[in-house]
Amino acid sequence: MDYEVVVGLEVHTELKTATKIFCGCSTKFGAAQNTNVCPVCLGLPGVLPVLNARVVEFAVRTGLALNCRILPFSKFDRKNYYYPDLPKNFQTSQYDLPIAVDGHLDIAVGGQTRRIGITRVHMEEDAGKLVHAGSITKSEYALVDYNRTGVPLLEIVSEPDIRSAEEAKAYLEKLKAILQYIDVSDCKMEEGSLRCDANISLRPKGETKLGTKAEIKNLNSFKAVQKGLEYETARQADVLGEGGRVIQETRTWDDACGVTVSLRSKEEAHDYRYFPEPDLVPIVVDPAWVEDIRRHLPELPDARQGRLMKDYGLSAYEAGVITAGRAMAEYFDATVAAGADAKAAANWLMGELSRQLNAAGKELEDCPVAPGQLAGLIGLQAQGTVSGKLAKTVFEAMWASGKDAAAIVKEQGLVQISDAGAIEAVVDKVIAANPQSVDDFKAGKERAIGFLVGQVMKETKGRANPELVNKLLRERM
Amino acid sequence: MKITRKDVEHVALLSRLELGESDVAKFTGQLNAILDYIDVLSKVDTAGVEPTAHVLPLKNVMRADEPRPSLPRELALANAPEQEDGYFKVPRILEG
Repeated sequence: MDYEVVVGLEVHTELKTATKIFCGCSTKFGAAQNTNVCPVCLGLPGVLPVLNARVVEFAVRTGLALNCRILPFSKFDRKNYYYPDLPKNFQTSQYDLPIAVDGHLDIAVGGQTRRIGITRVHMEEDAGKLVHAGSITKSEYALVDYNRTGVPLLEIVSEPDIRSAEEAKAYLEKLKAILQYIDVSDCKMEEGSLRCDANISLRPKGETKLGTKAEIKNLNSFKAVQKGLEYETARQADVLGEGGRVIQETRTWDDACGVTVSLRSKEEAHDYRYFPEPDLVPIVVDPAWVEDIRRHLPELPDARQGRLMKDYGLSAYEAGVITAGRAMAEYFDATVAAGADAKAAANWLMGELSRQLNAAGKELEDCPVAPGQLAGLIGLQAQGTVSGKLAKTVFEAMWASGKDAAAIVKEQGLVQISDAGAIEAVVDKVIAANPQSVDDFKAGKERAIGFLVGQVMKETKGRANPELVNKLLRERM
Repeated sequence: MKITRKDVEHVALLSRLELGESDVAKFTGQLNAILDYIDVLSKVDTAGVEPTAHVLPLKNVMRADEPRPSLPRELALANAPEQEDGYFKVPRILEG
């Protein structure tokens, strides 16, 4: 039978505030265990939480960027459950009156744009971190670090509008881009500041009723989202195909083994017994303040992609790649502002620059070549001062030394030779040294000229203008 | 009887409370007495009354996003039943 996959994603993103949501402890990642903790986030008796105003601002900004309605009256609730990463035995979260509801974002998959509904955005606190001795299923005890406890989180819940693993990945990528653009989260998946759980069910094609879902946790990279959902789709299809029933349960994605595993525990089905948080008073947002935040929203990824296509004639693909992350979009704009041709800037960013960043394992923020410097190199290339091939050599030297392109070209004598007189002598020498290739060319083997051009380039250490070499070779053979 | 023994046992389990036989009977009775009293309150006409989110007449109590010192780790861990290497040590989490 053919099944349709139905997926809804719950994304948790850590906000980049200086302090936790309800106390003044630092949110800095990587501190020594249990050093960013205080009586409030440890849930000691007699303490009172006080809401961090910046969290509300970031939540409203996020809600607006995701086309949500901001609820004028919002409150916190206690979500009660026992787990050692939660020192208070409840998580302070939002239940029936979240800060933002009814939004959407658009994704493009396979040339089709699809709108994915956003049910809600709510504020809550993060839990601590468990360090297991060995694996989660085998260890005899666990160690807890409460530094992360109380770090502000937004939970962003999508409608079950996603229909494939690929769409889930596209949704997550778009969401990450938006969160980065509006500067509310670093979205570093490897540091856990963007985490994803998925609800997934299958139903026969054409059926409108939802099937029984499984909740998949620990989908903490774009690859894990795609692989985990692909695996779970196949697993549920097998169960249904054999006439079985999918059990409603929580499963975890085991990235190393590439499977989802049931997380059975004696805890009964989710029964969180939410009730209003008596220690925090309601949030009433001023509509004028909301409008002010809306007016100051930066240009978002879709608008930026459209602008790059319209203003610079980039393809949807190129503009999409460049605007997928805020850092690259800004690097691009800065390079163009420094005088570079937009098409060339796009090619460098998507090609050589990305390649070098990947090879060095660096983020664009740490790129040793500044946008203005890249623009300088593109300028030299456009003037014909350096050839395309040598430009890569110059770029590598810029990467290594941090120097400007012009300085490197001068130092290393990499100026392209576009003077016919200087090249003619080399061309004649190469023709004399390679009679076989010359004969081949004359006999109609067009490919032979490629070899001869290569020989001239070799003799000139790559500095000869290749078009001119080609032209001169043809003339003189 | 709105609350049965089963409800009390269920809530006790969720709350990680171990109740004796006599406790279950006692709490079942007490909880039902509370709910009976709620029934009295339920007779009040509340049409047009907004649900109360908080008993205090306050809203928007917030603080600036400014760091304050955290606890020294020795103090943070002072009440931990068990600790190891600067961590709180807790029993294994998943049952077999």
